[in-house]
Amino acid sequence: MHELPVAESLLEIALKYAQKAEAIQISHIHIVIGQLASIVDDSVQFYWDIISKDTIAECAVLHFKRIPSQFLCQNCSQKYHPNNNDFSCPACSSTNIKIIAGREFYLESIEIET
Amino acid sequence: MPDRITVIENILSKNDQIASENRALFDQAGVFTLNIMASPGAGKTSLIEITIKKLTKSLQIAVVDGDIATSIDADRVAAVGATAIQINTGGECHLDAAMLNNELPKLNLSDLNLLIVENVGNLICPASFQLGTHKSILIASIPEGDDKPYKYPGMYSGVDALVINKIDLLPYVPFDMDYFIRGVEILNPGLVTFPLSCMTLDGIEDWLNWLLKLIKYE
Repeated sequence: MHELPVAESLLEIALKYAQKAEAIQISHIHIVIGQLASIVDDSVQFYWDIISKDTIAECAVLHFKRIPSQFLCQNCSQKYHPNNNDFSCPACSSTNIKIIAGREFYLESIEIET
Repeated sequence: MPDRITVIENILSKNDQIASENRALFDQAGVFTLNIMASPGAGKTSLIEITIKKLTKSLQIAVVDGDIATSIDADRVAAVGATAIQINTGGECHLDAAMLNNELPKLNLSDLNLLIVENVGNLICPASFQLGTHKSILIASIPEGDDKPYKYPGMYSGVDALVINKIDLLPYVPFDMDYFIRGVEILNPGLVTFPLSCMTLDGIEDWLNWLLKLIKYE
């Protein structure tokens, strides 16, 4: 339920970059979110529609790119997507693991009209 | 003309920036700060109460208590001798850096040795919002079950210490400690853990000693 502050941050960042580029409208916003970050896309869009009213970002379409979490086994170098209830390496059962993807949480790009 | 602009900016960068400002205030005042997170009922307030009771003779302690409503927790910690400030988030599921920042003028930070922030009971949202505190502590408790690291990896991977509360209930509830610790170890290698009971006070000394060492060196 922290989608409102997330939507507010997105708007602030998008407007900042759009104003710098002297945009008259923001049409698309591309967001990258890792699986380990908990965000409900529909809920962000819901708040977005409310808070972006009367800004140049009104009607902008939000696109969420989801990055699955990926672990790297430090023991045998196997890369894998962990399953739900066992994070250990499927190849060698090691628990010496590095998380290499899944924590992403950023605004990647915006599409604007100038 | 349509145009695509690359941004690559962390969505919560503004929160992170206010968190850095909070940290600067803490460091300037020389106060050591904790952000305590857990699910509802894990024992956040109980651990804070005990910590205050044991350390209040030697340290000046204040608590900022985040809750969606009521001042029950702030009343509890005030009753054992700490300065307590309640933040009612009005339904918001976490504290953020700005909410904490707003409360700081109410405290005389430079008179304090330890400031404890008790976050809203929740294993999801608080993990995303840095507050600027020196250490983030997660309290897990035995009745919650041994699968929590697997279900809330964001929370378990982002903390500096893990308290495992209610170990006195281990004989009565199914809890595979090896399975639990395996998940923790993968997400947060080498994480310092404190198995303890706020009821029997087993293990409390290790927690207090760890904390005292940090307060001394910060």
